This record gives sequence, C-alpha cells and structure tokens, in this order.
Amino acid sequence: MAALLEVKNLGISFGGLRAVDDFEVSIKKGQLYGLIGPNGAGKTTVFNLLTGVYKPSEGVITLDGTNITGLKTIEINRTGIARTFQNIRLFKELSVIDNVKAGLHNHYSYSTIEGILRMPNYFKMEKAMTERAMELLHVFELDNEADYLAANLPYGKQRKLEIARALATEPKLLLLDEPAAGMNPNETMELMDTIRFVRDNFDMTILLIEHDMKLVSGICEELTVLNFGRILAQGSTSAVLNDPQVITAYLGE
Amino acid sequence: MKKLKISKTLKDNILTYGIVILAYLIMQILIGTGNVSSLMQGLLVPLCVYVILAVSLNLTVGILGELSLGHAGFMCVGAFTGAFFSKCMQDVISISLLRFILAIVIGAVAAGIIGFLIGMPVLRLRGDYLAIVTLAFGEIIKNIINVLYIGKDSRGFHFSLKDSLSLGLEEGGTVIINGAQGITGTPKDATFTMGILLIILTLIIVLNLIHSRDGRAIMSIRDNLIAAESVGINITKYKLMAFSISAALAGVAGVLYAHNLSSLMATPKNFGYNMSIMILVFVVLGGIGNIRGSIISAVILTLLPELLRGLSNYRMLIYSIILIAMMLFNWSPKFIHLREKYSLKRLFRKNREVQ
Amino acid sequence: MSFISYLINGISLGSVYAIIALGYTMVYGIAKMLNFAHGDVIMVGSFTVFFAISMQGFPTMVGIILSVVLCTLLGITIEYIAYRPLRGAASSLAVLITAIGVSYFLQNVALLIFGANTKAFTSVVTIPAIKLAEGQIIISGETIVTIISCIIIMIGLTLFINKTKAGQAMLAVSEDKGAAQLMGINVNATISLTFAIGSALAAIAGMLLCSAYPSLTPYTGSMPGIKAFVAAVFGGIGSIPGALIGGIVLGIIEILSKAYISSQMADAIVFMVLIVVLLVKPTGILGKKIQEKV
Repeated sequence: MAALLEVKNLGISFGGLRAVDDFEVSIKKGQLYGLIGPNGAGKTTVFNLLTGVYKPSEGVITLDGTNITGLKTIEINRTGIARTFQNIRLFKELSVIDNVKAGLHNHYSYSTIEGILRMPNYFKMEKAMTERAMELLHVFELDNEADYLAANLPYGKQRKLEIARALATEPKLLLLDEPAAGMNPNETMELMDTIRFVRDNFDMTILLIEHDMKLVSGICEELTVLNFGRILAQGSTSAVLNDPQVITAYLGE
Repeated sequence: MKKLKISKTLKDNILTYGIVILAYLIMQILIGTGNVSSLMQGLLVPLCVYVILAVSLNLTVGILGELSLGHAGFMCVGAFTGAFFSKCMQDVISISLLRFILAIVIGAVAAGIIGFLIGMPVLRLRGDYLAIVTLAFGEIIKNIINVLYIGKDSRGFHFSLKDSLSLGLEEGGTVIINGAQGITGTPKDATFTMGILLIILTLIIVLNLIHSRDGRAIMSIRDNLIAAESVGINITKYKLMAFSISAALAGVAGVLYAHNLSSLMATPKNFGYNMSIMILVFVVLGGIGNIRGSIISAVILTLLPELLRGLSNYRMLIYSIILIAMMLFNWSPKFIHLREKYSLKRLFRKNREVQ
Repeated sequence: MSFISYLINGISLGSVYAIIALGYTMVYGIAKMLNFAHGDVIMVGSFTVFFAISMQGFPTMVGIILSVVLCTLLGITIEYIAYRPLRGAASSLAVLITAIGVSYFLQNVALLIFGANTKAFTSVVTIPAIKLAEGQIIISGETIVTIISCIIIMIGLTLFINKTKAGQAMLAVSEDKGAAQLMGINVNATISLTFAIGSALAAIAGMLLCSAYPSLTPYTGSMPGIKAFVAAVFGGIGSIPGALIGGIVLGIIEILSKAYISSQMADAIVFMVLIVVLLVKPTGILGKKIQEKV
C-alpha cells in the first residue's frame, strides 16, 4: 500500500542555523506515528514545514499522491492536513461549539448574503453544522460545555477541543503537537484512548510529537527520533526505543 | 443546552433592536407633545450618524480586532459621493425618498470600494502600524476632497485638482464640488425616521454577519490568526470583507450626514482624524465588540457636551475628565479588582454562603 | 538656489519632527503605547514660553527653563495619573483612549486660560541670519539653532542610553518588563524617566517650532504631533536613529511638496510616502522584524 504522507529530503535554515536537515518519513494510511526527540531538536519545525507555516528550503512533501511542497497553510489544510499546537491556540472568545464550527468552515457553505438576509440556506447549513459539531464534541465529551467560552475550559479540555476543531476540517492526516503536555497520568491515559478511538472511528492517520514516553510506547506503531535537526533513528517503536544512540541522546553520555 | 444559546443570542438582539425602536418612539412622542427643544431636534440626525459610525467601526475594531483610525475618511467618501449624486439628480429625480435611497446605495458602494482598495495592501500590517496607516489614509482622503473640483455643463462633467476656473466650464455650467468650499445646496433629505431606519439596517447587517459562518471566520482571525489559517480560513478574504463592510456602513453614515446640511465641507473637524478618534472613543467606552454598547455610548457621549452646555467653556474640559475617569474605572486592573471585591453580586454570594 | 533654501528649511522642520518623534519613539518603546497627548505637551511648552516672555516679560532663558521644567513635570504627572493605572489592562486600546482624553484635557485647559485666538509667538532665537551665495540663500537663526539642537539632542540621547545605567535600564525595560524587574531594575521609575525626557524634548521642540512658525493656539501641537508620530513609524518605531531619519525625510518631503506641488496636498503627500514605506517595510526603515513563534 502506498504511503499517505511521503517526505523526502526536507530541510530549512534560519539564517545560518540548520533547523531541520534531510528529514524523511513515510507514513501509511491509518498509522499512529510518533516524532520524538530532545527539546530544540526541530520537531515542531517539522510540523510547521508540513503545514506550510514555514516554506522548506528544500525537499518534497507528498500527501496522498499530491505534491504539497510550498503550498500555503490554508491550501495544505484543504488538501488534508490538520494540526494542533504545542501552546494551545483556540479561538478563546468564541464558544466551544463555534470553535468546532470554525473548523467546519470549508465543508458547509452559504454565501454572505444568505447569512445576512437569513435565507433558508442559512438555517439549513447552520443546523447541519451544529449537528456535526455536536457529534464531534460528543466524541471528546465536551458536549455539555458547548456554550462555554473556549477560554473558560480547563486545560485538558482545551487540548481536546483543539483536536476536535482539527478533525472538523476533515483531514486525511492529523498532526498532534504534544497533546499530553501538562496532563496528569489519568488524563494522559484517557487521551491515549481518545487518540486510538479517533484513529479507528475516523479512519485517521496520526502523526504526533510527544515527550511522554508512556504515551509514545503505548500507542505509536512507528517512531522517528530527531536530534539537532537530523534523524537519529527511525523504525518500529520497540526497536527505536532500545537503540543505544537514542538512549544516549535522551539521557546524555 | 444548544436551544438555550440560540434564544440567548436572539434575546440579546431583540433587546438591541428594542432599545433603538423604543428610543425612536419616545422621541416621537416628546416631539409630538412639544417637549423637545429645537437644539435637541437638530441633534437627532447627527445622533443617528454617530450611532451608525460607532456600530460599523466596532465591526473592524471589536469583531475583526484591527485598530482603524481612518473611519472618518470612509464617512467622507460616502458623504461626498452621496451629496454629489443628489445634487446632480435634484432635477431629474423629484421623489426625494427615492433619490435619497439611491444616494445611500451609491455612498455605501463608493466607501466600500475605497475600503476594499485601501484594505488590500494595508491589512497585512499589524496593530499600531495599521492604526497609523489608516489614519494617514483618512487624512489623504480629506485632503484630496479639499482640492477636488467637479463641474458640469452641456458637454458633461469636468474635473480639476487646481481650481474651479481650470474646469473650463461653458457659460451656464455649474460647479458641483468646489474644492475646500465643498458642495452647497444638497437637498435636505435626511430625517430622524430615515436615520433610525438606517441604524436598524446597519444593525441587521452587522449582527447577522457576526452570527453567521463569515462572522465566525472573522472572529477566529481576531482570536488566533495562525490557528484560523490552520483550519483553512482565508485570512485576506475575511479581513477585507469585514473592513469593506465597515467602510461601506461608514459611507452610509456619511450620506446621512451630508443630507442634513445645506453645505458640505471636508474640515479637520468633521472628517479629520479627530473624528475617527471620537468614533473610536465611542466603541471602546461602549465595550470592544459590544454592538449595543456602541449605540449607547455614542448617544451618551454625543449628548454629554450638550447637557453640559450650561457650563459653557468648561464643558469640553469636564468631558475629557469624565473620559479619563471612565477609562480608568473600566479598565484599570486595580479598579477591576476593587470592583470585584466589593461588588453587590459578591456580597449576595457571601450571604448565601453564611446561610 | 531656491531648491537649496527649501532643502535647508526642510531639514530644519524635519529636525523639529525628529525631536518630537524621539519622545514618541522612546515612550512607545518602553510603554508600548501611542501617546496621543505628546503633541499637546508641545503646545503646553510653547504656551509656557509665551506666558513667561510675552506676558510676564521674563528673560528668554527663564522662559525656556520654565517651559522645560514644567513639561517634564507634566509628563511625569500624566504618566502617573492616567497611564500607570492602566498598565496590564486587558486591552491596549484602553490606554490609547485615555491618552486621547489627556489630549482633550490639555487642549481645553489651554483654551480656558489663553482663549482660542491665535497668539503671535516671539522667537526665542536671538542670533542673526546667515547669508550665503551673495545673499541668494538666507539661513535664519531659527533654522541654525533648530538643526544644532537636534544634533546635540541626538548625540546626547544616544550617549545617555548606551553609557549610563539609567539608559541601559530603559533598554532593558523596553525589551522585557518582567525580566527587567527581576534584575532589580525599578520599572516604574524607569518609565517615569522616559516620560520626563520625552516631555522635556517636547518642550524644546515646541519653542523651536513656534519660533519658526510663530502662531500659537491650543491646537498647535496636534498636527505636528501626528506627523512626528508618522516620522517615528516611518523610521522604525523604537529606534532613535530611525526617529532622526524619519523626521528629516518627512520635513524635507513636506517643504518640497509645499514648494513644488501644492501646499494643500503637502500633508497628503507626506502620508502617502509613509504608506508606501510601510508597505515595502512593514516595520519602518530601521524597524526590527518581529515574527510570532508557532
């Protein structure tokens, strides 16, 4: 089976600094893939390259057969990559449900005029959006908080809402940037179940950055380890985690 | 839960429209019974102008989250195109209502187009840079209007940026826009009722826009630009949409303003940055993003100097002190803390806890 | 020949803008606010000189010192009463509106004391004009003093910021208030000092401006204030050399447009140049590029 995401020779420099160099990865459809590495290794930079926040200096990114290298963030999202952020970026002054509806933006459409004049299509589409958004919120057990302001949600739920919003854009590939950061062990366990559930029920392919080794070893099938912007190891989770090079990079010499 | 929310938005909107309609009815009764001074009656149309300006600026400042200091410039465009149209059509269209409605449409479209053209290059600037550039554009518009001469004779329209003589008009031709003297003899088509209808039109556009797919997109850009991009929202499109609609509505206010005066000139006082700032004051004091707040603060702050008229020379001084005091009271972290500490709500809650 | 005269006038006007722009740029750098009342401090400074010299008959030097001292105190007071309580407010618009309130306040106090009539300002400059090229170019005393003042102020301020402890504290506070506080810098005192210096400069700018253009009303300060702010943004706000470049360029453009294009369109041309510059370099000529970290 062909890979869903195929990255070849990806690299970027900031000034003289080589932030990511010769990054390659191949992720199959339905896979749960982990990207790990010490702080400052360039993991989030890889996400920013994949989602078009940064333009790569070189390399090719192919999603489901489409070359998406150098496309703008919104075009990449429309092609099928959605993401969450390390430092949560919700629409804080919008309600929880409106955050998800913003994610549905490109999938339920009516014109500005129809919206302002409250024409039938407005009601039809808004109703459909509300239903779809509530379904998604239900998956993340956020349906009771649908009318809260996003800013007022507790931290763990904000992370979940971000995933729900990303899923609303109907991606083929979901990028999660440290989804368990700041969660306690119980919340992390719960999150692992949710991530598996999303993969199984949405037929989703997931690439995640994580420091929590329990989560990584618990759910990821394959891993890539980055160190100083370069790939240190790549392969099945158990093989990578037992690689002496990886252990050195994490624990120091 | 969901149902509750819809009805809350609806209730909110009904309250906003209700206040406007109630204010209108009360004023009409007071006028009917002869309880309104002529000075006050003269203020009614300007009040409507300011309300429309405040609500439309709130779309840019509160909903889109961008600081614009050039709102008076868009009002100026609307005023002059609207008045120009009415002046030209005075003899062609004799039904004043029809002429006025057409003038409104033309003024709105003209201001909207200018807003779009200005917004395209400048909306990528952020924060204070955008503020100063919009201020600059407002001043440029005012300046250009001040050197613009347009005349009409049997051969058609003539333009000049120098003086009325260089228009080269035939005998019997008329100067319509006369540079710094502006336009004189615009038909006085603006009425209080028309003003209120335009406020309601503005409210329908702004409130319905906010509570729609486009409004959500605009507010998501305000809350987090990078996240909005990541879910596929077209930043440029929605920034421009909000900015142009805001400009078009300022144009509507301008047309209303122009048709309330017999002579229209672009002075620093009515279309300069001071006016833009005054509108911004309405918006901020009424609550950023709070449409009803904009209406109320525009009315109160316009009436305040008039109510203080008895204090003659001191009135603007007192106005400025009230402005500073209100800002400190509303926004200072210390004051907010004090208010929360001694608020009635909290006292009640305490009592409950004791019980 | 007339071109050279215009150019010199432009540099002179630009020097005044640069001095005002310095106040803007320093305050913006440290308090991250548009101080809309800055232009009105200029007006207060000029009225103080007018009051002291023309109304009370004090010697010129006394008038100048009085004006600088009063404006310095005024700047500190404004910051203390109107801006400091809003530090850390939820919206940066709050302090902007307060600054507008302060601007109205100063204008109306001046209106109450001195009335709306235009006052003829007596120049504070006593040195004679210089004639060059057989009298074809005349450089007025005001022009000479203005340009020299601007140079002295620029050098002095650069030295102050780079060589003194207080200057370094200013830099630190403008970088990061929290970190500066942790390093033992008195943030409030540093901000007060910045307002004091900015306002003292405004007083000097005010008398130089009114000496060259001797008409004084309560609204005299607003337009030069706005233009100086444009100059600060143009040069890259927060940058001292930027304020100098921005001010001078703006002054030259304004005078040349008045001379060769149209006096009514001069302001519009100045603003158009600003817009073009910002579109090419969104943070001004010497501004730092800021990118948000994702």
